[in-house]
Amino acid sequence: MMKLGSAIRLGFCALALAALAFALPAIAADKVDPVADAKAFKKFFYDKFPKLKPEDFVNGPYSMDEGLHKQWVEKEQFPPYEFAVEAGKEMFTKPFKNGKTYEDCFPNKGIGIRQNYPYFDEKEGKVITLELALNRCREANGEAPYSYVKDEMASLTAYMAYTSRGKPMDIKIPDDPRALAAYEQGKEYFYSRRGQLNFSCATCHVQSPGERVRTEVLAPALGIVNAMPIYRSEWSGMGTTSRRFVTCNSQVRGVPFNPQDDEYRNVEYYLSYVANGLPISGPGARP
Amino acid sequence: MKIRLVLLAALLTAGSAFAASEADYKAAYAAAEAANKEAGALRNQWTTTASTLAAAKKAADAGDFDKATAAAKEAEALAKASIFQATSEKTLWKDLEIR
Amino acid sequence: MASTIRVRATNNGDITEVQALIQHPMDSGFVKDSKGELIPAHFIQQLTFEHDGKPVFLADWGGGISKDPYVKFAFKGGKKGDELKVSWVDNKGATDSTTAKIG
Repeated sequence: MMKLGSAIRLGFCALALAALAFALPAIAADKVDPVADAKAFKKFFYDKFPKLKPEDFVNGPYSMDEGLHKQWVEKEQFPPYEFAVEAGKEMFTKPFKNGKTYEDCFPNKGIGIRQNYPYFDEKEGKVITLELALNRCREANGEAPYSYVKDEMASLTAYMAYTSRGKPMDIKIPDDPRALAAYEQGKEYFYSRRGQLNFSCATCHVQSPGERVRTEVLAPALGIVNAMPIYRSEWSGMGTTSRRFVTCNSQVRGVPFNPQDDEYRNVEYYLSYVANGLPISGPGARP
Repeated sequence: MKIRLVLLAALLTAGSAFAASEADYKAAYAAAEAANKEAGALRNQWTTTASTLAAAKKAADAGDFDKATAAAKEAEALAKASIFQATSEKTLWKDLEIR
Repeated sequence: MASTIRVRATNNGDITEVQALIQHPMDSGFVKDSKGELIPAHFIQQLTFEHDGKPVFLADWGGGISKDPYVKFAFKGGKKGDELKVSWVDNKGATDSTTAKIG
């Protein structure tokens, strides 16, 4: 029995190595070109949905389905995320134990800056997301960090997103090989199949936007993070970007990583960058 | 002679009909765990691998080593598939990329 | 403390359209928490909208209504500047109410 097992293992390894050997020259030839990527990404979706304006993509499934769109327009008059935005605003200005507030951690007191996140921190050599920056602000001021998947972080990011509504996504990739590597890793994560269901993010959001997975209408990948955080009826509440990344993984039967692990930070960086120019629509409401 | 051959064939194919021992289970579980650990190093574990391993352990604790061994072997297959997925996706992801 | 009720009423000649968003956990009493224990029932049982002293919308709710319920309806009558009173009572006896002007 053991012999057969190790034989199979060797077989797989040989196959994988062979695939790599053939593919290596191609990888070496590809240069990371985010500008070209973003252009191709947008063109793909604009061509696929010619009736939509670029800014429509940030509303996800509501731009994919007539009936859903009507319901959403009505609901936006009295959106379910109002409570979270108010709670977030209150939290944002309430002093920490040391007397400082979140306003002291962010440029412009945290107002109207959400569209600049994530950014690449050249000192640290890593991608910094808004959620990460908020918790670092807490820790720098002697407070315990919040869970990345619970209400408090959702309220804070909802408030910050709300102050940036309508502003175009504005992500920068500095001329730094580490930033390009993070961007490329985010891209690789997005297109890699994972979980027993063997889905990649692209499987649903590039190959099948507007179609259904069970009863849900799928959103296009273009502008998908512009609406974050989102009040999901499914969650009966507000949920963060981290929460969505984690639950997407488990839904395809892949063990999720920890919130704000490199893979998640990098994919958020990638998705945000390719949506540059499209307006922030957060916080969003979703089915 | 023919009957003996038929019996022999039946015995060989009915491998799972023979009771698995605790030792069989332990070996199968160890192999599955090792494979799942390797998948973890590749940052690509499946939730079903973990739940199948748990089911194997549960059956073993209840003394059903046939069920436990079968589950452990299935867990190992799942873990190996997840390893294959991780290694092949290293290059295959580009097939899905919008260019 | 801020009201749990957010309401907007708009009059269009004959008809007044009302929308309301109410902050309430609306726990059915059947859901378990992460420790496996039942979260006790806590939901609005009565919701009333009154115009000119008369109820224009009455709701008797059970635990099946979702968290932070949203209500939308229209009634005949009402003019701009009139007052609309909204109030609720939940299964724990707690209440809240607010008054809005029809716009």
